[in-house]
Amino acid sequence: MPTLTYRDALNQALREEMQRDPNVLLMGEEVGVYQGAYKVSRGLLEEFGPKRIVDTPIAELGFAGIGVGAAMGGLRPVVEFMTWNFALLAIDQLINSAAKMRYMSAGQVGVPAVFRGPGGSALQLGAQHSQAFESFYAHIPGLKVVMPATPADAKGLLKSAIRDDDPVVFIEGEMLYNLKGEVPDGEHVVPLGKADIKRPGSDVTIVCHSKTVAVALKAAELLAGEEIDAEVLDLRTIRPLDTEAVLASVGRTHRCVVAEEGWPFAGVGAQVVDTIQREAFDELDAPVLRVTAADVPMPYNKHLEKAAKVDPARVAAAVRSVLYRD
Amino acid sequence: MTATARSPKDTAAPQTELHLKMLRQMLLIRRFEEKAAEAYALAKIGGFCHLYIGQEAVAVGALAALKDDDYVICSYREHGQALIKGISPNAVMAELFGKATGCSKGKGGSMHLFDAKKGFMGGHGIVGGHIPLGAGLAFASKYLGSDKVCICFFGEAAVNIGAFHETLNMASVWKLPVIFLCENNRYGMGTAFERVAAVTDIVEHACSYDMAAELVDGMNALTVYDATRRAVERARKNSHPTLLEVRTYRFMGHSMSDPLHGVYRTKDEVEEQKARDPITHLADKLKEDGVIDQAALDAMDAEIHAEVEAAVKFADESPDPDPDELYTDVLAD
Repeated sequence: MPTLTYRDALNQALREEMQRDPNVLLMGEEVGVYQGAYKVSRGLLEEFGPKRIVDTPIAELGFAGIGVGAAMGGLRPVVEFMTWNFALLAIDQLINSAAKMRYMSAGQVGVPAVFRGPGGSALQLGAQHSQAFESFYAHIPGLKVVMPATPADAKGLLKSAIRDDDPVVFIEGEMLYNLKGEVPDGEHVVPLGKADIKRPGSDVTIVCHSKTVAVALKAAELLAGEEIDAEVLDLRTIRPLDTEAVLASVGRTHRCVVAEEGWPFAGVGAQVVDTIQREAFDELDAPVLRVTAADVPMPYNKHLEKAAKVDPARVAAAVRSVLYRD
Repeated sequence: MTATARSPKDTAAPQTELHLKMLRQMLLIRRFEEKAAEAYALAKIGGFCHLYIGQEAVAVGALAALKDDDYVICSYREHGQALIKGISPNAVMAELFGKATGCSKGKGGSMHLFDAKKGFMGGHGIVGGHIPLGAGLAFASKYLGSDKVCICFFGEAAVNIGAFHETLNMASVWKLPVIFLCENNRYGMGTAFERVAAVTDIVEHACSYDMAAELVDGMNALTVYDATRRAVERARKNSHPTLLEVRTYRFMGHSMSDPLHGVYRTKDEVEEQKARDPITHLADKLKEDGVIDQAALDAMDAEIHAEVEAAVKFADESPDPDPDELYTDVLAD
């Protein structure tokens, strides 16, 4: 199986879906001539031309809305935001237009569009460029929220998102673009709404997504040295949430830690914990713990930044705690 | 007038037919909205309800310039456009009543009328939020090689919104077949436009985006029709957008909860504007031209009255949506 970066896996998904369906197009900042701010769209302008690879001005609200309108008119636009921080300017179009159209038209008008770009923090980009917004979008009925953690999932989930008939918020990991992994050639489609066990284990479930998958896997390695066998469950899709997979895993391990890049208040983890306490209360041998970013805007200083982020040591500490081994 | 006598009935029959149709359409909107106001007062209609009374010439004149499959997208003051785009008075009234037989099955309401098959792509409730959607529909039409154009209706208050400027810029850069039709009724709810806008001639904004534009008398359906026809031709033939500033006036409050005059405009002003009633204007012209007389006008009005009464009856007697509808149409599957 070929080894690709996460970036090139996304590129492959876009290319294949554009070859497959002439109504798929990519629009956004720097997607064409510049070849993508993160080079996800490298080579696509040359292959598909400016009609289908559309460079936009820096006007997130406007081009997101044009993308929604184009989807209402029968196209399948992929709208790229340079980052999800900038997409805040477009949130009206995602929430008030894209998410509502099917319902308020009683099923007459759908919005088969994908809104994608990098989210979360990178390295020392400061408060306005280091934010995880998945819980915002996952709150909204009418939207799907997808966050791949590996190159193979990046390809398979993006293909599913493009083929999906509903608006999909597709949040890539800014620090994952260079991550390498095996990616199946051709028709590799990962269904939305299905979590994936990235590491099987029997003592504790670590629920995670996107960048925290790698963090959880590292924590699991640390814990293996302490004879703790952690299962790493990658949600892959935040909404619809694969509650079945979460409950099945917790049913085996009876202990759970939820790790996420976002802030603690009303985060994705809060939803996961709510599901577990309602549906699997009797399975639990310990309260579920959450590991999140510090509840502050992201600082610039690298030591402060490190302290604000989720890391393997903090995840491992939470695992020890739910096993009463701290 | 010159001495050359001509009978409009003989020499301009198609045009006469069009004018009569426009008169009928304006009357339909007027009577429909009057009934909606009554039903609102009786609490048959809930939520917000923004009436179109006074502005009828705009929807009627503009939509007369379209083909059936062209797109129309609107703000929340869209009962008139919905009726003229071909949604039946029954389906619109039932939607206002929140009934299962409404054009959005009772899930949309007054602000979210839809009929995608007729190219009516919705009423939208966030000021200016649907302007990029209109450009997007035009984008799709051009991309797909269709000759459909899109008219996007919005009020003058939306011109202060970023979405307006971002969209006009992209529509011009990408040469989209869209007509931005600004219905300048002078007040964004209770705020006079000149109190909050540095540039009060909206048509001038087109200069910033290198776009064709026209200033149009919105109390005259024929003027609106002519200007829109030029814009539609520009869109359909050359795929160029146009900004139309159509000056009109709403005779009613902003919504049903807003009094007729309020504190932001005088009774005198409203009365003065009512003297420019677009329906009277066209009716008088057609009478002058000998196309219609008072008896025929009364007959037309009576017929429309009956049609609208029937719509109210239909809406009233229609069932509420099934409780299971609560969870349908959120997602495709």
